[in-house]
Amino acid sequence: MSSAFQPLSAASSVAGDAAGQAFTFPPSQYLPLDSGERLSPLSIAWKTFGRLNADKSNAVLLCHALTGDQYAAGTHPVTGKPGWWSTMVGPGLPIDTNRFHVICSNVIGGCMGSSGPHDTDAATGLPHGLQFPVITIRDMVRAQAMLLDHLGIATLACVAGGSMGGMQALQWAASYPGRVHSVLAIATAARHSAQNIAFHEVGRQAILADPEWNEGKYQALGTNPRKGLAVARMAAHITYLSEAALHRKFGRNLQDRNALSYRFDADFQVESYLRHQGASFVERFDANSYLYITRAMDYFDLAADHGGVLANAFKGTQTRFCVVSFTSDWLFPTTESKKIVHALNAAGANVSFVEFETDRGHDAFLLEVPEMFQTLRGFIDSVAQSRGIR
Amino acid sequence: MRGQLREELLRIADMVPAGSRVLDVGCGHGELIGYLKQAKGADARGIELSQSGVNACVAQGLPVVQGDADTDLRDYPPGSFDVVILSQTIQATRRPKDVLDELLRIGRQVIVSFPNFGFWKVRTRIFFSGRMPKTGLLSHDWYETPNIHLCTIADFVVLAEAVGARIERALAVDDGGDVREVTRPGYWDNLMAESAIFQLSREPGPQGPA
Repeated sequence: MSSAFQPLSAASSVAGDAAGQAFTFPPSQYLPLDSGERLSPLSIAWKTFGRLNADKSNAVLLCHALTGDQYAAGTHPVTGKPGWWSTMVGPGLPIDTNRFHVICSNVIGGCMGSSGPHDTDAATGLPHGLQFPVITIRDMVRAQAMLLDHLGIATLACVAGGSMGGMQALQWAASYPGRVHSVLAIATAARHSAQNIAFHEVGRQAILADPEWNEGKYQALGTNPRKGLAVARMAAHITYLSEAALHRKFGRNLQDRNALSYRFDADFQVESYLRHQGASFVERFDANSYLYITRAMDYFDLAADHGGVLANAFKGTQTRFCVVSFTSDWLFPTTESKKIVHALNAAGANVSFVEFETDRGHDAFLLEVPEMFQTLRGFIDSVAQSRGIR
Repeated sequence: MRGQLREELLRIADMVPAGSRVLDVGCGHGELIGYLKQAKGADARGIELSQSGVNACVAQGLPVVQGDADTDLRDYPPGSFDVVILSQTIQATRRPKDVLDELLRIGRQVIVSFPNFGFWKVRTRIFFSGRMPKTGLLSHDWYETPNIHLCTIADFVVLAEAVGARIERALAVDDGGDVREVTRPGYWDNLMAESAIFQLSREPGPQGPA
């Protein structure tokens, strides 16, 4: 087993410690999948922040994005860096852990302790690899609902997430309307666009083309498709930024040199930056998980599950929605958010929509955008107020 | 000025039945929907174009969608609100007739207020100075005004007829803030009112887009 997988085995073997918690459901509690298959045994790893109040009304579920995990706040045990939403989640922050009980679980198909392709198949004693069933966003949400049942939490004050996390949040509102008081969906869409599927396909093909991928059996063979996964990450990372931000950050500046090398070294800072992004990503992420989770996003089309009419996904909903987009996000552009808002209006839902002006692209939802914090704080405060959370 | 606008919003709020579903188009910083929510127990929502207005509303917990009256009203299904309000905004839209048509489609009652270009101060300013009028409500120079489709009370009555609306009520507001019912034929009110508030309705029918 290569280093990329060590954190997940560490996380799944320990329950209730500082690294987070994990639970494996008994075989009778299998996860029925959209594909028709069953996922069993189902393991889920999660982390909580803040205390659950007596009437269990203050639970907030955070849904992570493609390469995120349950470590939304605090220090990430693998990278040693702050959690992916540590700007947003913590004492006194918009999602205030003095007030809310925040739950964040690793998605199924992931590689940080929840069931995924890296798990050992009890029947063969080998990792599942591509024998792992293809999963969907709805399957992820179904697994989260099982986790909440396990935790004895009936309803959520808020389900929040950006990008793929926003897809899950919307799916939550559609699948379990009675369990979701509010939804905060940031930089997301109700379906994955053709362009986004295309980018994902580039990433997957980069992994598949790496000889160390070995038809997905790299764990058993002691190889690791690092190069393929790194290229996938590099290509994807470009889509998370904007042309303006890349130019502002790097321009045509050279990296550690005064002149062009006339070779294929990383002459430009932007190349060096991307290589670093790719190299550090493979240290914490599993290539097969990347295949499975990108596939889940590609398959996401909430309207298709409701007769082609998105509004039907939210029919009669009592959930409050806050939909957020960023002007420079070309991966999940404002037009996609507006389609969600349109459908919510058609369903008579209580919806707010804000588009923030920033040049930081799709990743803006993970960054310091003070105006966004102020607005989201207002939304979350009003949610707390209407739930009677102090 | 501020006092008068506040007064006008109160007048509009008086027309809204308690517990209604209300959409305030061009809701600014949410003064009216905040008031309707608190004082009338209304399910009040807004549309606002400006980022600062939207932020202010959402930050107060008011449901507001960032959008434009000219383009985004079509997102709402027919009859989805009891009352739709367009306060001091119609004169700034690109297609006032289409906007009014959309308002009547999505709201059972529509309340529209606008600055009256037939107001005597407007008339005398252009008559005596030969310059584009500037008044309390119309305070911009012609070259930077957002008000691109100004009208008089008489003009608005014609527009209401053109879109098949019934005028339920019309109020004339003078520059002292005094309010009275507009009485037909309305020549006097058209001269004396600085602004007007119209309450309209329309039978759902063939004239409205589906």
